Amino acid sequence: MGLVLLLLALGVVGGVYGVATTTPSSADAALVGDQTQIEEGRRLYLEGCSSCHGLNAEGAASGPTLIGVGAASVHFQVATGRMPLAAPGAQAPVKKDIYSSEEVLAMAAYIASLAPGPAIPTAEQIDYTDADVAEGGVLFRINCAQCHQAAGQGGALTQGKYAPSLMEASPQEIYEAMLTGPQNMPIFNDKTLPTEEKQAVIAYIMELQEAPSPGGLSLGRLGPVVEGLFLWTAVFAALIGAAVWIGIRAR
Amino acid sequence: MSSDLTPSDSAATGDGPSAELAHGGVRDDRLARPEYSGPGALPLAAIDHTPRRSDLYPKAARRVERQITLMFLLSMLMAVLFVIGYVAIDVGAEIYIPVLGTVGYQNLVLGVTFGLGVFLIGAGAIQWAKKLMPDVEVVQDRHRLQSDPAETVKAHDQYERGKEESGFAAYRIMRRTLIGALALFPIPLVVLVRDMWVNDDPALAGMSPAEILSETAWTGGLRIVIDGSLAPLRPEDIPVGGLVSGLPENIMEIQEETHTLNERGKSAIILVRMDPGDIRAQQGADWDYQGILAYSKICTHVGCPIALYEHRTHHLLCPCHQSTFDLADAGNVIFGPAARRMPQLPITVDEEGFLVAASDFAEPVGASFWERG
Amino acid sequence: MSTTEKVGAEAGTFVDQRLGSNKWLGKNLKKVFPDHWSFMLGEIALYSFMVVLITGVFLTLFYKPSLVEVVYEGSYVPLKGIYMTEAYATTLDISFDVRGGLLIRQMHHWSALIFVAAISVHLFRVFFTGAFRKPREMNWVIGVGLLVLALGAGFSGYSLPDDLLSGTGLQIARGIAQAIPIIGTWAAFLLFDGQFPGVDFMSRLYMVHILLIPGLIIALITVHLMMVWYQKHTQFPGQGRTNENVVGYPLLPVYMAKAGGFFFIVFGIITMLSGLVNINPVWIFGPYTPDQVTAGTQPDWYIGWLDGALRVMPNWETVAFGFTVSWNILIPAVIIPGIIFTAMAFYPFLEAWATGDKREHHLLDRPRNAPVRTGIGVMSIVFYGLLWLGGGNDLVATTFNLSINAITWFLRIGLFVLPPLAFIITKRTCLSLQRRDREKLLHGYESGRVLRLPHGEFVEVHEPLGNKEKAILMAKLDSEQTPIALPQKTDANGVKNKRYRIEMLRARLSGFYFADTIAPPTLEEIEAGQAHVAHEAALEAPLHEYEETHYVNVPFHGGVLHEEGAPMTNAEALEVTRHKD
Repeated sequence: MGLVLLLLALGVVGGVYGVATTTPSSADAALVGDQTQIEEGRRLYLEGCSSCHGLNAEGAASGPTLIGVGAASVHFQVATGRMPLAAPGAQAPVKKDIYSSEEVLAMAAYIASLAPGPAIPTAEQIDYTDADVAEGGVLFRINCAQCHQAAGQGGALTQGKYAPSLMEASPQEIYEAMLTGPQNMPIFNDKTLPTEEKQAVIAYIMELQEAPSPGGLSLGRLGPVVEGLFLWTAVFAALIGAAVWIGIRAR
Repeated sequence: MSSDLTPSDSAATGDGPSAELAHGGVRDDRLARPEYSGPGALPLAAIDHTPRRSDLYPKAARRVERQITLMFLLSMLMAVLFVIGYVAIDVGAEIYIPVLGTVGYQNLVLGVTFGLGVFLIGAGAIQWAKKLMPDVEVVQDRHRLQSDPAETVKAHDQYERGKEESGFAAYRIMRRTLIGALALFPIPLVVLVRDMWVNDDPALAGMSPAEILSETAWTGGLRIVIDGSLAPLRPEDIPVGGLVSGLPENIMEIQEETHTLNERGKSAIILVRMDPGDIRAQQGADWDYQGILAYSKICTHVGCPIALYEHRTHHLLCPCHQSTFDLADAGNVIFGPAARRMPQLPITVDEEGFLVAASDFAEPVGASFWERG
Repeated sequence: MSTTEKVGAEAGTFVDQRLGSNKWLGKNLKKVFPDHWSFMLGEIALYSFMVVLITGVFLTLFYKPSLVEVVYEGSYVPLKGIYMTEAYATTLDISFDVRGGLLIRQMHHWSALIFVAAISVHLFRVFFTGAFRKPREMNWVIGVGLLVLALGAGFSGYSLPDDLLSGTGLQIARGIAQAIPIIGTWAAFLLFDGQFPGVDFMSRLYMVHILLIPGLIIALITVHLMMVWYQKHTQFPGQGRTNENVVGYPLLPVYMAKAGGFFFIVFGIITMLSGLVNINPVWIFGPYTPDQVTAGTQPDWYIGWLDGALRVMPNWETVAFGFTVSWNILIPAVIIPGIIFTAMAFYPFLEAWATGDKREHHLLDRPRNAPVRTGIGVMSIVFYGLLWLGGGNDLVATTFNLSINAITWFLRIGLFVLPPLAFIITKRTCLSLQRRDREKLLHGYESGRVLRLPHGEFVEVHEPLGNKEKAILMAKLDSEQTPIALPQKTDANGVKNKRYRIEMLRARLSGFYFADTIAPPTLEEIEAGQAHVAHEAALEAPLHEYEETHYVNVPFHGGVLHEEGAPMTNAEALEVTRHKD
């Protein structure tokens, strides 16, 4: 078991090595983070996370190792409220996060100090203003839509797991998720999906979030099932209601 | 409260004299709008009947008349508003409406004005029928559907006459050849269908459908490129837990040559990387490259593209019918309707260090078919 | 006579001199149609089909069924500069650049969904009321044919925009064609002109969608309506209604106004719906590419059950002698629908044979009076509903936090357990309702008033049935629901009955239909029972006399309470108005 974990950890480190080298400034910042912040992070970690992930983040039966997962992973998991986990289940759901943003950054700094890993993306990295929305759409349909659905509404995975809706996701969360592959999401590092392409994907998701519905009420953009449901309830209530009105005798 | 306790209904209990029943239990002179009794009047059914307000009170009838007229007037107004909306509103304009959200302005206005205009015509007509046209039901006898025996005999006689006159029964050989000719005459129509597909692609010359389905563009040494950027890949580019949708490097050339997306539907692959220790089985010895596995992206069930990869469980799920494959275990089916494992593409690296296919797939990709074996 | 009428009369004469149309008009303008809301369900189907035709013609002006790749340069920004097929690009143009185009596209799609749904509920009405019985079996078969054609029309239309959803749907259809034994690959190659997606398929599908299927639908609808016209409509049992008459309103003016008005109502509802509610936002799904897919890949609702069947099917496949038989595709996509539609088409003949019923039926059955038929209907609906649920199992999973694997297993078992359960529950419910009807016929309503008689006995006072309700309940007396007697193996002379087995099957089936049915009371029993009710009422009468002097008599008609101050009789009403004038 220990060996497997070690191999896994090494694999993750090896896999994200390229990331760490391509973005040296932010990675260095996260690695060398200020010592008091790391201490504070360690304290918060021991309080809130160590019961599952082990006293030294080495992992345990109830939680994977966090050595080498990087600051981006910590920020994504804690800032979206996925961690700490409220109850064991198929997947960690999004909930209100219980830490302040300073506390999250402190924990991220602590985990980043244990081993190199993907750093929290910089404002420059997640700036999608110049990105090509249409190209982002193509990349989204190639890499994301199979799980998150073409409109970003999310979808089911196996055994009760699911790809969450992207309608509330911030550019930073999206970037971090692609970089770190939270839960069962595959990792899209800066080689398989370079920063500009990530920005394009973010731009497209933001477009989806804000897009108006030219045809009227959007019915959640969930596709034909919801349309069918609406048809058989509201529309047929109206049509059969009209038929009944014609059929009853006037007084 | 029983209905026959009411005074207005007492004449209509069904036991009264038939003269009154013929008018639905209500005498004409009691109605504000008497029943039609001129030529062509229809027999009324023997059914308990209560007159409507608009039958009794001329005022109520006039109120209904005003109401219906208003509906028709509004309908006309809607037609005018529709034209105004068509001309005045920009096709791309948006508007925020509570409940609906931000929606297309023109679509909303056109739909509501056109729809309401049409709806009001219908509502007016039905209100007219319900409130002002007679609501006393009339009765009509059903006619017998079957022919009279005499008519049947007539038809039979005519058939016999025709049979005899034509000699259809007598000329046996002629009759049989006619039936034979009629049986064969659709053959050209069926044969004509053959050329709905002609194998005129030189690259596929002489191949049967099953053979075409059994091979893809992949050959040994062909580089794998990323779907989207079409950039070649080195093994170290893919992290453990990573997923890449891949295509053969010559995909765009093939597309331009054939003007179709056919090859995409066959050669699309996914590359995943897992810890080599996690790989329990593969379809061939060392078909991976340092834990990088290449599998077809086309589901073996009915052919949906499939890339819902869970990097911790190594499961691949099809969004169409939820077949689940274990990529750590030779792509075998672990759930759902697919019967066959996902075909694996053997991969290696070329001298420049880019990932390439080691050969084509060893088995046909995509949906099952008869000749597949 | 107004000028318009004069012109009309002249035109009428012109036509009559050439076609003799007045003969037809004189007879048919007075044709009587029974009135009931459930008789309008087929009209919804007809009218939504008319809307489909009108909007479809408009769409053909702008849509190009071409799979040639073009670069999109329309006004929808998130797809600008992207390669896509002309089919998809023109669909986007209709949605974003043609004024009112999106409205018409949405009307076309909504009315298509309504068309199939209205056919379904119309079919339920016809089935549950036994309207398919002799002499209307042929029209039932045509109706089933129309349903199948409607599914084909819908699916072919769903596939035309060539967006990611519709393309995936076509890929699945191709996979199914390919799975057909022996001819599968050839059939798929011929239909699609080679490999998937090819370039020629869309124009072929377009022809099917706008010519072949609509032509067949129009032809069959014409026959369907002509047969209804000729055979006259069925009617529910009730006062004055018999198996030999039709009671209702004449074509001119009432039915014409109601049916014509309903066309505009349906048209108007569809149009308003299309202005208010979005359907099939193809621009969100993106252009089709055979290596891309979206989660939640689903067909329109009417194909959902087939998709569900594909999903819940276990992965059976047989490989023998170098050939593959894909049971995992053939059973859900070919065999099950084949059995369902064949059984549906033959049901009237099966029921008539099993029950030995050769009579003409123009009076409808109340569903409770045919418990086995009603049970079969509900059982089928439950079966269909479960498959339908399977078609949306991923959305069910994400909405209710369930596992798709668990839902699939629930359905795999539920498909065999729940429909029979539904049959039993429905049949029992029907039989209970029959018992209640019997009680009502014999004893009238329970009033809830308990009377103490002078000698100390307590009786509950029953109210007699109203004429209308009595007529409805009495209809059961005319239904002959007795099982066919069991056949003998040999007749009296010892000759062996060669048809013993088939007659045995028939007797058993007939027992299945009728063995449990509740026999209605005889006319004598009803009279005796009603006499008893009258007797009780007489006992109570002195009390009523007292009440009626103290309370306003409240006439109760069709749910309308008498208003205070309003006249009590028609005569009074006339008096009042005369005074006012």
